Amino acid sequence: MAIWIILGIVVVFGLYWVSQYNALVRLRNWIEEAWAQIDVQLKRRYDLIPNLVETVKGYAKHEQETLQKVIEARNRLVSGGGRAEQMAANDQLSGALRSLFALGEAYPDLKAQEGFKKLQEQLEGTENKIAAARQLYNRTVMQYNTKLESFPSNIVANVHGFKRSEMLEAAAEERKAVRVEF
Amino acid sequence: MLLHAQIESNKRKTVLLVGVFLLLFIAVGAAFGVVTSDSPTMGIIIAGVIGVVYILLMTRAGTQVVMAMNRAREITSEDENPFLWNTVEALAIAARVPMPKVYIIDDPSPNAFAAGMTPENAAVAVTTGLLERLNRQEIEGVLAHEMAHVQNYDVRLATTAVALVAVIGLLSDIGYRWMWWSGGSRRRRSSGKDNQGEAVIQLIALLLLLLAPLAAVLIQLAISRNREYLADASGAELCRNPGALASALRKIASVSEPVEAASRTCAALYISDPFKKRAFSWFSTHPPTEERIRRLEQMM
Repeated sequence: MAIWIILGIVVVFGLYWVSQYNALVRLRNWIEEAWAQIDVQLKRRYDLIPNLVETVKGYAKHEQETLQKVIEARNRLVSGGGRAEQMAANDQLSGALRSLFALGEAYPDLKAQEGFKKLQEQLEGTENKIAAARQLYNRTVMQYNTKLESFPSNIVANVHGFKRSEMLEAAAEERKAVRVEF
Repeated sequence: MLLHAQIESNKRKTVLLVGVFLLLFIAVGAAFGVVTSDSPTMGIIIAGVIGVVYILLMTRAGTQVVMAMNRAREITSEDENPFLWNTVEALAIAARVPMPKVYIIDDPSPNAFAAGMTPENAAVAVTTGLLERLNRQEIEGVLAHEMAHVQNYDVRLATTAVALVAVIGLLSDIGYRWMWWSGGSRRRRSSGKDNQGEAVIQLIALLLLLLAPLAAVLIQLAISRNREYLADASGAELCRNPGALASALRKIASVSEPVEAASRTCAALYISDPFKKRAFSWFSTHPPTEERIRRLEQMM
């Protein structure tokens, strides 16, 4: 009789351990998946910007400084560094793009151009998608870290060497700020 | 209540409502059994089988069929409406669901709805009126509400609830007629002391069968309203802008013309009642707009 009880306890304990381990693995993969989403959009921004620069050049020759800022920020996107650096570069790019799109007000011909409008729309799309993925990233990191720290799942995490993950800073404000009203 | 507290509280309430609904369903099955064969167990089994078959049949209805019923046309590329397309894609990323299909309904009345039994075959539809009358933040709020429905499997829940209401109605109808036609013979057959107790049970079963269809509809609609509150709260979390969703609801409610093409069976799926029934009642598919706005404003 006693052996069955012990066996039962061992089985329940084992099942619990496996479920906690799997949950930790799932959350860790979700964090990577969220980063992959951000990465896809960063690449897309990187690819879109040369077109934008070409389009603007034709209409606003005297705005070299603004264009230069955009190009610099774009290059920083891929200059390596950690996730935090890439996000900082992205924020810088968003700021530079905002001043570039503001040029549309000074150059009505540019503003009326189909290609310019389309690029603006596409770049804003990537901006919003990065913000969304960043939000998902941070939410998932929070779930993961909570599981890492709460009892008793922290025991499973310690035994298998799960490490804390860091959030990407300043996501919330940025998403509101870049909106352009129509 | 703050946003996360609202999400939790709405989820708990759904569990409670679904629990009550299932108890009612089992009770109706038992009553059906008592009336038709003096065996509650038999009745519960019959009800269970019909229920499962009916739910399976109803949840098989494809997303395309639902969209056709509401005369929605699909947009298949970003170029047709870049803003709409990009917003849906961004919200899908935030909600960690595959990007749903995007549909537009040609109708000046602003509204939107979601369809699809799983996030994998989900779709969202908006009316042209919504795109014209609301600003971008408000449209994003509305789409976030729809994305929350997708994420929470609300279409499946709503369809299952409607299926169970139909099965309860069917059992009630059959049971009642059965009682009517076989009542005479039963009375002659039974005699003695047990008679009285059995008569009481039969009476209770009959009452239950009579009242259950109404109770089932009320619970189904309560679930529908509860899920609207939940979608408002999780939608506000997705778009991080409860104020925009509140102002969208205000604008949608201020338009009094109904959505022409809205299908009656899909009414509960719209963000706001497409038929514009004015007064709130226990028979409303949606909670009162003022209360939804009040709760959204509490989150900020």
